Amino acid sequence: MKILVCIKQVPDMESKFKVAADSRWYDTADLAWRMNEYDEFAVEQAVLVKEQVGDADITVLSIGPDKVKETIKKALAMGCDRGVHIADDEVSSREPFQIAGMIAEYARDKNFDLILTGMQSQDRGSGQVGILVAELLDLPGVSTVVAFSLADGRLELRRELEGGVKARVATGLPAVVTCQLGLNNPRYPTLPNIMKAKKKELITVGVADVLKVEARQQTAKLYFPEKKGGGLILEGEPAEVADRLITILKEKTAVLA
Amino acid sequence: MKVLLVAEYRDGKVLGSISDLLGFAARTGADHAMFVVGSEAALPAYGGTLYLADAETYGEYRPAVHKQLLLAAIDKVKPDLVVFSHSSYGWDLAPRVACALGLAQVSEVVDYVDGTLVVPVCNAKLRRTVEIKTGGAVVTLQAGAFGGSEPETAAPSLERVAVETTDRVEFLGYEAAEAGGIDLSKAEVIVSAGRGIGKPENISLIADLAKAFGGEYGASRPVVDAEWAEHARQVGTTGQSVAPKLYIACGISGAIQHLAGMKKSDFIVAINTDRDAPIGDVADVLAVADLTKLVPVLIEKLTAS
Repeated sequence: MKILVCIKQVPDMESKFKVAADSRWYDTADLAWRMNEYDEFAVEQAVLVKEQVGDADITVLSIGPDKVKETIKKALAMGCDRGVHIADDEVSSREPFQIAGMIAEYARDKNFDLILTGMQSQDRGSGQVGILVAELLDLPGVSTVVAFSLADGRLELRRELEGGVKARVATGLPAVVTCQLGLNNPRYPTLPNIMKAKKKELITVGVADVLKVEARQQTAKLYFPEKKGGGLILEGEPAEVADRLITILKEKTAVLA
Repeated sequence: MKVLLVAEYRDGKVLGSISDLLGFAARTGADHAMFVVGSEAALPAYGGTLYLADAETYGEYRPAVHKQLLLAAIDKVKPDLVVFSHSSYGWDLAPRVACALGLAQVSEVVDYVDGTLVVPVCNAKLRRTVEIKTGGAVVTLQAGAFGGSEPETAAPSLERVAVETTDRVEFLGYEAAEAGGIDLSKAEVIVSAGRGIGKPENISLIADLAKAFGGEYGASRPVVDAEWAEHARQVGTTGQSVAPKLYIACGISGAIQHLAGMKKSDFIVAINTDRDAPIGDVADVLAVADLTKLVPVLIEKLTAS
């Protein structure tokens, strides 16, 4: 069984962001980078499938500058077999259709049985790429999956809807599945597996070899929204902050009366 | 400009998100029509032209079937924008339709300013305006961003939509929300734990603070996903919606899905080390502090007084 997992490297969302000089994206300097959280569930699901079926081969793919190799290596340490790095220094200006186009172009002749990715990225958050890959490859695609089972070449999945309701759906392979938070418990790479990952194959593909589609949209301007609330900000020693907070709650709410 | 609004229907009912769709149409001043795979027995509160595909015939949501039905309606309406809610229905169907039409798709639109769509970036810390390069676009709207419009009272004029189609994805059924033992909606004070609590042992701190207020404790999605708290305590779109007299968000950054479940609270306090966290936008008071240091002091002072 051949599995492809598509992952993105994103900044830690707690970072202090700055707008880049061209105002088209955030400044990528001085940020801590990690694997997109949703994609961790996709990697884990791929490894779980491999553990279940035994005979499986997992390729993990990421698009971006050289530093995304660090995130690919984490996925290799979690249990993927081979890394594919689509080297693209302009990745942050690519729109979802271009990202999906690159993945589909890479995957087209490789006969993957299962393609997994996160349901969205934490930074751009379009939620489009996985479904677009399915459409471009003419495969069934199921998004926002919170439960996954594979038996006799058939997937039975639960999609998360609103209000805690889930839809149970089924489809055959090959298929594309996008993973929602909570699908499984992504493992931490162990030290021996981190060492082993260093020896795994990591192929670099040039962006020109896979980027065959034009952008259909672009960011005109990135900016910080105006702060609306204007809520009071308390800072200082814990005892002092606690006293001020209790005073405010006594004045403004009835809960301490 | 002409827009086609895509309403949602599930299990016999039209979902409430059409108020966002109508709000968006009003904001843009565009001519509009609506599409739904639904039933004549439960029509949306809409006075315009409704392109209706029969849910009895086509069943609950299957992506290829709904895509073909919607494409048939688009072919008749020829809209400039096809508009969905950014929901499990919208974010699944919109890219398929955009792909089939060769159009740009703009996800989770929060604003429309001078003819330009605005979307959030990095958990709403940033925003960006989008320039569309195709002759039309498919958009999804953030829940609540354009809402508040009055339901229309006139009945729609119906145009039937039918296609011959199949799907490789099979719908098996719905699974209802887990019935939890905790009804957060009755609590006057809710203290909620977010990922910022750092480790599962710190749940007890949050529970103790809730107890000191005579309230209940809740949790954000990541905390529930990590199994640090049970699902019945989850606040947000996929958990419970609450509006207590006092809501204290501890280590919760303020993802839109969480905010949707608690922003109607009477008074909101956030305790967070990140003063730029989006939770600050809805908080009446933001304590910029390490909650593991502040919360024990608060508990001590509350129980002493």
